[in-house]
This record gives sequence, structure tokens and C-alpha cells, in this order.
Amino acid sequence: MKTTRFDCSGDADIAWCPGCGNHGLLQILKQALDELGLDPKQVVISSGIGQAAKMPQYIGTNYFNGLHGRAFPVATAIKMVNPQLVVIAEGGDGDMYGEGGNHFIHNIRRNPDIAHLVHNNMVYGLTQGQASPTSPRGFRTPVQTEGVVNEPFNPLSVAIALGAPFVARTFVGNPQMTKEIIKAAIQYPGYALVDIFDPCVSFNKVNTYAWYRQNTYELDSQYDPTDRMQAMAKAFEEGPFPLGILYRNPQHKPTIEEQLMVHQSGYAALHLRERSPQMLDTLME
Amino acid sequence: MKETSYSVVLSGEAGQGLRTIETLFMALLTKSGYHAFLSKEFMSRVRGGNNTTEIRISSSRVASFIDRIDLLVVLSHDGLKRLADRITSHTMIIGEKADIEAQPTSAVLRGIPLADRVKELGNAIYTNNLINGLLCGLFHCEPAIAQDMIRAQFQRKGDEVVEANLHAFQMGLDLSETLRQDPRLDFILEKNEAVASWVSLNGAEAVGIGAIAGGCDFIASYPMSPGTSVLTYLAGKAHAQGIIVEQAEDEIAAINMALGAWYAGARGMVTTSGGGFALMTEGVSLAGCIESPVVIHLAQRPGPATGLPTRTEQGDLNLALYAGHGEFPRIIYAPGTLEDGIRLTHRAFEMADAYQVPVFVLTDQYFLDSEGSLERIDFSQLPIHRAIVRTPSGYTRYAINDSGISPRGIPGFGEGLVCVDSDEHTQEGRITEDFSVRVAMMDKRMRKLAAYEDVPPRIVGPSGYSTLVVGWGSTYGTICEALERLGRKDVAFAYFPQVYPLPRITGDVLRQAKHLILVENNATGQFGDLVNRELLVDFDTRLLQYNGMPFSVEVLYERLEGALR
Repeated sequence: MKTTRFDCSGDADIAWCPGCGNHGLLQILKQALDELGLDPKQVVISSGIGQAAKMPQYIGTNYFNGLHGRAFPVATAIKMVNPQLVVIAEGGDGDMYGEGGNHFIHNIRRNPDIAHLVHNNMVYGLTQGQASPTSPRGFRTPVQTEGVVNEPFNPLSVAIALGAPFVARTFVGNPQMTKEIIKAAIQYPGYALVDIFDPCVSFNKVNTYAWYRQNTYELDSQYDPTDRMQAMAKAFEEGPFPLGILYRNPQHKPTIEEQLMVHQSGYAALHLRERSPQMLDTLME
Repeated sequence: MKETSYSVVLSGEAGQGLRTIETLFMALLTKSGYHAFLSKEFMSRVRGGNNTTEIRISSSRVASFIDRIDLLVVLSHDGLKRLADRITSHTMIIGEKADIEAQPTSAVLRGIPLADRVKELGNAIYTNNLINGLLCGLFHCEPAIAQDMIRAQFQRKGDEVVEANLHAFQMGLDLSETLRQDPRLDFILEKNEAVASWVSLNGAEAVGIGAIAGGCDFIASYPMSPGTSVLTYLAGKAHAQGIIVEQAEDEIAAINMALGAWYAGARGMVTTSGGGFALMTEGVSLAGCIESPVVIHLAQRPGPATGLPTRTEQGDLNLALYAGHGEFPRIIYAPGTLEDGIRLTHRAFEMADAYQVPVFVLTDQYFLDSEGSLERIDFSQLPIHRAIVRTPSGYTRYAINDSGISPRGIPGFGEGLVCVDSDEHTQEGRITEDFSVRVAMMDKRMRKLAAYEDVPPRIVGPSGYSTLVVGWGSTYGTICEALERLGRKDVAFAYFPQVYPLPRITGDVLRQAKHLILVENNATGQFGDLVNRELLVDFDTRLLQYNGMPFSVEVLYERLEGALR
């Protein structure tokens, strides 16, 4: 295993099951950050709750490991206050698409320059095996005893419909592709969704490594990711699922932070700014 | 007629533009040297219905709502309907003849040809400045001041609009000449030149000014009456004062954004009302665990659930006290004066930063929508102290020390990493299930307020009291005036601008009295219960009101008199 500048000092007591896709993803993410030449002091990972959301606990960088479903509003606020930070929002499918569903919708509309990494294992792991928003119909669990009856949530088509400028899907079983897509998402100047197929070895006996290999295919070099309508058509493909960057807006779409008035007059960190008593006196006129 | 104070009520419907009258007339009164206090009550609708605004004009300080009406200006056909109980033979009513005769009353009626005049002016919107002219004349204000304000206000809309408004104002002024022939409509009051340099502002503006003075540079909120007014105020100042203003998709996002903002180095707040705050409670708990500062403006209105959306109540003290799962320290302020609105909100940011705890500013609809005159604040006396440290290499966010307050770093400022975690965590901010670490962290968090300096209760009245009236927040002005009317040498009032933690001096203040009277604008006496729980002190009498309206001076006076009998 290569060492990176993002390795944690000391031994972390990693809370994931043996064989969990998260182990591989941890290495991939640290390498991606390292290869981009980023300074750990300038990176913040905002995460919520769930096994995926524990990711930043094992990385040597700044993090805000907050509440279930809330990583995205926290991440957006961090980016709004300090646009110089590299901000990543990370969590699982239940965290980001279920509990945080409303935030998913509205933060895409805000378009902060954030890489949004969602581990999608189509099941709830930490609460021990209930259906997630992305579980396929018929998926049986101790709660969905007769199988899931709801339409699975399609994050890619929702994101594209909402105007997300960068939408990708990858599979942790392909580390090289996953690393390159994560790097591209971090570098993209705007909101970038990466839905990561990431098998849960304990609670999802259907969507296994082998299943993902059999039910996915990689977009080839002929594919044009700048065509939004085509990207939408790809997002609707659910057997097999396409992997790669489905959509990348070639035009720069203004981010929320660059449209804020407070950052128009050159950058000065908010905590170093001061209001003079004269400025305050104007409030009483 | 010469009195020390008058009460004017404007009664119209939503969408008519009463606000135009309120803004100009209040500023005019102050600049003319009068003390003034405005309070309003309105229905939850955008158009129609009946809304009333009471303006008290006085030769001395005034800050409370009274039932008495000296002059009633009726601006719509239903303008009298809801005021029957407050109209006496002493009340003068002016308005369109058909409107003021729509209901039989014992009042003195003076019909004025409003509709005809407005027809002449060509647009109903000019009614407002006509009324301004009328009131200016009846109360001997300076027309030149009003005319300057009208010019400044309508300049952007062109000369034609300015002229039309000035014309409407003059029409009102001319009408007042005729009306003043009747001495009962000639309202004479002593003026005070010093007041002319004061400013007129409402509670929402006071909270907003306090926030800006406190260094607020980030607000995320979801609109909800009556809390929205603070969001609107800060949005209006965002550009000039450098504030990030974000309308969140829901209250959960709002408070999580505010926490993200503090984490990144801003001073963030949220503003909401009870129902919205109910959604924020997970964020309060998060602030407790990650030891993040956050300022929460909680504007109370009557619940449960949607309740009475545009009315007032002090019903959410318990909600603020207990919001958030788990145990962690917090501070709750409840301003009862405009000056406290500014000072306590400023202080909320200071204390949040210094002690890394959630701090509440608890107000209500009556406080926020009421407007009064205030001496200018010397902002050099309200400095801010940022508690952020430049992190050293190997920095640990939750370093355990004697005070329990670990130096707070922010990402990208210094050599360290800033790791915060909603799970129980180590000093490094990493997840742990170690019981001894758990206990050490709980102890650390729970001792943070040990050195906190209270905002003590303020005693109004004789220091040698044997009866003490206790209140908090927006009841301040009304209790003061009711006690003044009572004129008892043995009765004082303890006003609590800090309701939690209970100021350390509270027990001593209460135990001096033989008779304790609690006044709260709610149904159960939540502050009284808090005092009772923590200090085992009982109130002999609880004067409570929960009909959605603030106490009037008359009602409180009668109930206090009854309690003292």
C-alpha cells in the first residue's frame, strides 16, 4: 500500500467489515487527493452518519463529521464562507439520497464547487440491512419482508435534471477508474456528483462484487459527456448500468460562492474582517 | 387638549399600506421631539381582513401597549368591528363617514371625505401620505421634516410621484386645520429636543443591529413568521456590511449551514419561530457535541403546531431550554427593550464564540413588531473578541483543560487539522467508544460555563421591596407602566434579560420578597416552573395570558391590583 500525505497518524480502529468496499475506497480517495497535490490543511471532508460517512475519520485532513443526511448543507456553508478550501461531501446512499434528500435537491441548485462522493451499496449497513432509496424492487430485508415495492431512486437522472454540471458513476471494483473520476470531480469547478457502486458484504447478498461486474459497463472513448440529453438517456439505463462521467458541462456554470457579494471585493477571510464603529453607526440612521 | 400621552390607533386592512404611515409617522414623531411606541396586531393574510396599529405618543418614555384609544383612524369598512371593547365615549374617531358609522359606538365621530380626496389624487396609495399629513397636523409635528422624508423616500420614482405624495400630505395637513377647531382633536404634548436626535426602530431591527454589531456575517434561515423579519433586515444590510445570507430549503439545513459557517470561520446565526425551531433541534444538539458556537434567534408565536401565526406568546421557553437530545450547556437571553435587543444579540455572538455553546435570543411577535424611540448606541462600547486560534502543528480540537474550553481553530488557518465529530470523540476529534474518554469529554463540556458572567436580573422600583413581580422578555414595558400606575412603595419588578442559566443571584433577589408574583405571556408560567425547579421558590400568584395578544397596561394593572388586595 502506497503512503500518502493524507494517511492518518497512529492506528485507526476501522469500523468497517472485512471485505467492505469502503476499505478500497479509502485507499483510492487518499491517493486521489495525494496525486492532485493537495495540502491536507486546505481540504475539508464533510460527512454525515452511516458506515460510508466514517470515511474522514481515517484520513489525515480536516473534517466535519456531522449528522445523518446533513453533510451537504454543512459542506456548502463551509465553501461559501471560505472558497479557498477544497470541500468534499461524502456519505452513503441512505445518508445522501434518503435522510438528506431535500438537501441533495437544493444544493445541486446552489452549485457549490464541491465533490459529492456517495457510496451506493443499495442497502442500509449500519442499521443492519434495511432497504435504502436505491434498493432494487423485490429486495427482501427484515423490514421489507415481501420485498421492496418502491421505485428505486435514480440519483444520476435527478442530478442531471437539476442542472448538475458534473455527474458520474463508478464501481469501487475498478480502482483506477474510480480514482480518476474522483480526481476529475474534485478538479471540476462546480458541483460534481460521483455515485460509487460499493458492495456491502454483510447485508446485501444480491448486489455483490460479481453482480456489479455483470451488471455494469464502462462508457467508451466515443461517448460525448457534454451532451446533456444523451447523458440523461444514459442515466436511465439500469441494466446494465453505465460507468464513467455521464455528463460534464463544458461551459462554466457560476457557483454559489463566486456569486456572493462578500467575495466580490477580493478575498479576505471572514474571520479577519472587522466592522468599524462608523460602519455600525450607519445602522442607526 | 393637553395630556402626557395619547394613544392613536390606525385600523385598516392588509395590503393597504399601513406600513407607509407607520414608518413615516414614527420617524416624524421622534424627529419632532416626542417619545413614541408602536405596536401592531394583524391577521395571517396578505390582503383584506382587519389589522390595527397602535401608536402611543408621549412626553416621557413609553414602551407598552394599552387598551385605551384616544384617536382612532378608520381606513376600511370593517375598521371598527374588532375594536368595540376598546372604544369609549372618550375616543375620537375619524374616517370616511360610512366607515365610522358602520357600527354604533359611544365615540365622538368626525367624518372626513377620504374617498373624494383620494379620487382627486387618482390612486388609493396616496391615502397613506394624506393620513400622515393629517396626523402631523393634529399632533403639531414639523411638516418640513415630513416633506423632506417624503422627497427622500420617493425620489427614485421620479418628480411626479414625489409631487403627488407631497400634495396628498398637504391635503391631510389642510384637513387637520379644520379638525383642530375642536379642541378634543387638538393634541398638545410637551416636546423634548433631546429626543429629536434619537432613532425609531423596531425589535426585529434591534436584533439585526445587535447581530451585525456582534460580528454576524452569515445567516441561513427558512422564512417563518415572526422570525423572518430579522432575515429580511440582515439581507437588506448584506451588501454594505458583508453578510452571507442564504434562504435554506428547510430549517434543518439552515442550522446545519450555520454550524458549517462557524466551523469555517464565520459568525453565523439562524432566525425562526417555534415550528421551524422544532426542526432545528438536532442541530442544537450537534452544536453541543462538536462544541460549535451558534446563535439562534427564536421568535415565539402561539402554538401548539401552526397556532396563531401572526400573534404573540412566550410559550417556547421550555422548547429552547430542552431542545436537543443529550446534555450540554446553553445560554438563553430574552430582551425586553430595544436596547437589550441590540446589546443581548451582540452578546449572544460574543458568548457563543467565547464558550463554544449555542446561545438563544428569545423574542416574540410583540417584541419584534413593536417600534420605539431609542438613544443612539455607542458602538465603540460593543467591541467583538474573536476566539479563533491559529492552529499549531499537531493541534487537537478538543484538548482537555481546566476551563473545558479548548482553543478553537478553523480549517486553513494555521498548521493544524480541525476535526469535529458528532460521535463521542477523543481530544483529536476522532470517534471513540472508550468510556473513560466519554466521561472526560462530558465533564469538559459541562464545566464550560463555570466562569461565565451572568446578565443579572434588573430591579425596577424600590430596593426595599416586600412584593416582587417577576417577568422576562417582552413584558418589560407593560409591567413597568402597570407598576408605575400602582405607585406602591413596597412593590418592585425583577426583569430577567437572561433566563438561562438562571443568574446566580436569582435566589437572593427572590427570597427578599414575602410575596412573589409571576407575569408571563403563556398558559403555564414556564419561567416560574424553571425557578421553582432550580431554587425551590414558589410564586404566590401567577398572572398569565395566552390569548395571542400581549398584556395591555390596563389588564395587567387590574390583575396586579387584584393580586395585591
